[in-house]
Amino acid sequence: MRVALHEVCHDRFTWVSRVSWAYRGAVATVTTQQAPRTTRKPGKFSNSVVKKAVMAVTGIIMILYLIAHMIGNLHAFQGAEEFNGYSHWIRTIGEPAVPEQTTLWIIRIVLLVSVVAHFWAAISLWRQARRARPVPYATKKRVQQSFASRTVRWGGLILALFIIWHILDLTFGVVNPAGTDTTPYDRLIASFSNIPITLFYVVSMILLGLHLRHGIFAATQTLGQTNKRRERAVNGIAYAVSAVITLGFILVPLSIAFGLID
Amino acid sequence: MNLTLKIWRQVSPAKKGKMVSYHVTDVSPDMSFLEMLDVLNEKLILDGDDPIAFDHDCREGICGSCGLMIDGVAHGPEQATVCQLHMRSFSDGDVIDIEPWRSGGFPVVKDLVVDRSAFDRIISAGGFISAPTGTAPEAHATPVPKKDSDAAFDAATCIGCGACVAACPNGSAMLFTASKVAHLGLLPQGQPERDERVLRMVGQQDAEDFGGCSNIGECSAVCPKGISMETISRLNHDLLGALRAGAVPAS
Amino acid sequence: MPLELFTVGEPIADTKAPTDVPVPQMWDERKFRARLVNPANRRRLSVIVVGTGLAGGSAAATLAEAGYRVKNFWFQDSPRRAHSVAAQGGINAAKNYRNDGDSVHRLFYDTVKGGDFRSRESNSYRLAEVSAAIIDQAVAQGVPFAREYGGLLDNRSFGGAQVSRTFYARGQTGQQLLYGAYQALERQIGLGNVETHGRTEMLDLVVVDGRARGIVVRDLITGQISTHLADAVVLASGGYSNVFYLSTNAKGSNVTAAWRAHKRGALFANPCYTQIHPTCIPVSGDYQSKLTLMSESLRNDGRVWVPKERGDDRDPRQIPEDERDYFLERKYPAFGNLVPRDIASRQAKNVCDEGRGVGPTGLGVYLDFSDAIERLGRSTIESKYGNLFDMYNRITGEDAYETGMRIYPAVHYTMGGLWVDYDLESNIPGLFVIGEANFSDQGANRLGASALMQGLADGYFVLPNTLANYLADGPFPKVAADHPSVVEAETAVRAQTEKLLSINGTRTVASFHRELGRLMWDLCGMERSDEGLRKALDRIPEIKHEFWTNVKVSGEQGVFNQNLEHAGRVADFIELAELMCVDALHRNESCGGHFRAESQTPEGEALRDDENFAYVAAWEYTPDGTPPVLHREALEYEYIHLAQRSYK
Repeated sequence: MRVALHEVCHDRFTWVSRVSWAYRGAVATVTTQQAPRTTRKPGKFSNSVVKKAVMAVTGIIMILYLIAHMIGNLHAFQGAEEFNGYSHWIRTIGEPAVPEQTTLWIIRIVLLVSVVAHFWAAISLWRQARRARPVPYATKKRVQQSFASRTVRWGGLILALFIIWHILDLTFGVVNPAGTDTTPYDRLIASFSNIPITLFYVVSMILLGLHLRHGIFAATQTLGQTNKRRERAVNGIAYAVSAVITLGFILVPLSIAFGLID
Repeated sequence: MNLTLKIWRQVSPAKKGKMVSYHVTDVSPDMSFLEMLDVLNEKLILDGDDPIAFDHDCREGICGSCGLMIDGVAHGPEQATVCQLHMRSFSDGDVIDIEPWRSGGFPVVKDLVVDRSAFDRIISAGGFISAPTGTAPEAHATPVPKKDSDAAFDAATCIGCGACVAACPNGSAMLFTASKVAHLGLLPQGQPERDERVLRMVGQQDAEDFGGCSNIGECSAVCPKGISMETISRLNHDLLGALRAGAVPAS
Repeated sequence: MPLELFTVGEPIADTKAPTDVPVPQMWDERKFRARLVNPANRRRLSVIVVGTGLAGGSAAATLAEAGYRVKNFWFQDSPRRAHSVAAQGGINAAKNYRNDGDSVHRLFYDTVKGGDFRSRESNSYRLAEVSAAIIDQAVAQGVPFAREYGGLLDNRSFGGAQVSRTFYARGQTGQQLLYGAYQALERQIGLGNVETHGRTEMLDLVVVDGRARGIVVRDLITGQISTHLADAVVLASGGYSNVFYLSTNAKGSNVTAAWRAHKRGALFANPCYTQIHPTCIPVSGDYQSKLTLMSESLRNDGRVWVPKERGDDRDPRQIPEDERDYFLERKYPAFGNLVPRDIASRQAKNVCDEGRGVGPTGLGVYLDFSDAIERLGRSTIESKYGNLFDMYNRITGEDAYETGMRIYPAVHYTMGGLWVDYDLESNIPGLFVIGEANFSDQGANRLGASALMQGLADGYFVLPNTLANYLADGPFPKVAADHPSVVEAETAVRAQTEKLLSINGTRTVASFHRELGRLMWDLCGMERSDEGLRKALDRIPEIKHEFWTNVKVSGEQGVFNQNLEHAGRVADFIELAELMCVDALHRNESCGGHFRAESQTPEGEALRDDENFAYVAAWEYTPDGTPPVLHREALEYEYIHLAQRSYK
């Protein structure tokens, strides 16, 4: 029934629109005909709201991962054995039903797809926004926007670089002071005994917090789940989740830097 | 009071524009901002200069014609249309920047006048309920809960001034589109076309060189009618619902 | 001043209303007798619609839905900006949802009586008859009218009506109804059924072989002047309150389309009927560009007063009770502050003329809420009128809870307009005029909440039927682009714009507009006298002459030039002003919005002269220098008994 209705509606619409001033002829005419407006090809993913939804859904996937990741990190407080054991366990989830690392690779692929899709949608919307304001304002003030919402794009870009470095550092160890042939715990300690690395990490996590602060609210809004009544609650949740994740992540490196873990 | 105005002057769409300084003297605090521009224009005309073009009509905050970026804020320091802004909001010696709405979807016509026909095309794409004259059933045939009716009214107060686009860092027209989607989607009469409406309107909006929404909220903060961000959530909800129902997007 | 102000021509009559049936059956009968156009033929018939307000927007949408090829013109940047958007109060309809004794007949009666017996019974009856369908139509379009908790539509009593028949959408009824029509229009535009010409101003009417066949327009962005042709022309260009410069109309509202049609032969009826609204925010200085209406509902709780002594400029809070003159309560003990608009306005003017006006300009009276605040509490007043107090504060910077408001009357609606018959067709075949632009179903005064009703009745329901009858003869022979009538009209328009730009004098267009407006307000405003009108008729030709020799219009023709647009409109206002004064002078009676000092009861109330003036005055334009010709259309009252209004 619903589908049938759409088809009916579709047939009735034709894409003729008025001629805008730019296309008007310069010569006096007795009657003017309207030029049909050029239309873009329909496609789900060229729609700006769909792009936003892609960002929201992939963002949520990544937040869920981050929560799991953060909890995992806290194993560092239980010592090297526990931490390395946890690391090893991740690779063995599902064994013996599935071969080693199957689950890990599924997680990695889902995350990779999410990051790429999130990034693609962000870049695409960024480009659209730039097209939408070809001439900048001489003066533009902020009335409402928060620091978090304003920095969400640059913050996202820095986070992307951070993630690359982070994987090279702690997952593969190629840029880790302790080298590649080490245990996860060794790499962890090696990295965060180094003050510049720790600082970079902490700054990145604060950026992550800001990114999530705006992102969680935006995702809820994009998925059409906010309203006036819920607005305070959604904002509260956004603050709480981003704060917990940020604190959870910087706890371990700071503890290492201050010698609480060695 | 005496003021310095820095006003965007642009002869025509194709020409490059620039900010030009003007001095206005003896401005009464009871003047509206547009009346202050009227006084300046009369002086310019008598001096043989080209008066500043700006859109205005009802001058009581309802037609949506006027719209200026005043010191970097759409419609200026009060959350009301420019025609309702009075000079008592400024003080002697102020330097005020006045610019047109800037958006790819709103090309400049002249000086502070922009072409907002993109908004009409968005409405044309689906911002209506198809009820040809004569087809209407008795008005009381379908009661509408007061809650829905009031919420629909709140969304329907949008005057199409374009401040949302002007203020949005992304140049997005989402609040405009969403206000209409929310208005019609909240009413029982609007249900049959609900899916198609949101898809077509968002499709047209994307085709008009407006940006995408990133939920920053500048639009709602400058909206002279205080349209809520909730309308955008409703639009998103409707659009995703429409896609789940298998409708084909239009953009 | 010419010795002869006007000459009298042949009487005219409406020949379209089927007067052989009783008034309740006339509209049905007219629709039945009207010829129809085969749906397949409608695509071959084109209609020009000028304006996109309630009347124009609804007409353009409805005609396009019916299958005609519609060409729609508007001067604003979007059809949604037409000044109907600013109407606040509501729309009347004889739905009788309140079971309070309302009916089509009662709305008809109230309209004729409210119009002070200067409207046609046939038209007023039809207006009441189609009113109910307007509400159905608007609701179907999604217009969010106020509702009760049960989900049904709310009604209120408005403008002193004894029944609750007014439907409303908070204080923005006009906006919501207009958006309903606008969206219907946009739908047709999207379907390709309407050719659109935004930011385009009609500057002349093209009449070919006695029929209205097109219009000459100026594209306001490119300055290009061109002619558009069609089988019929519909004017829905609104009222002419801006002849007074200061009015509650939008700055762009103008008489140009109607006036140029008048100059091409369309009769202009009852130009002196203007409505003045008592509760507007007073003028604050010479720079003032427009007046803002405050809802009439404020008079329900506010008391109107001025100091007893002239020139008493103390803070109102310092003026003791016994030094205040609550003049409406004193003069009209029964109705007090709730007397009709025209009476409240005139009395405010009188006390200001006595030098007892308040505020910096002396043109204002107090509307005081201190008694109501004391009686009901500030929070009650806030919940009832909070938005109005805020608006007042925004405009004046004053806190009306403390100081009360200052109010003064302002022009806000014109009942006069182009003469039309029952089919809404002017005396030029093929030229139809709807909404406020026609001389209206309202008579000499319009009731609150009836303007929206008339605009939509005309556009949705009346015109689409009557226009079909005319178009049944079409399509008419194609008019060539170089037809002498087209060339002549286009040349005239070009010549006028070139002339305006070439004068290069020393006064701005706005200065002429202000001078004209002030003159009209003083001498042809709330109270008109023989002496004052003659004075105005001496002065207007001088203003006209000075305008055409000393105006300075900036810029060029071939570009976006707002000053040139204004100049053309003011030129027409000057000519209209003269006709208004002639009409006001010739109508030596008081009726509705037209109050002649010479025609009042001993108590100072308006006194009609039914014996001599129960007619529509339809004026024929004659070229410069010769007096206009008066054509009378006699008004007969068969169903409603002529009676004098009394509010004592």
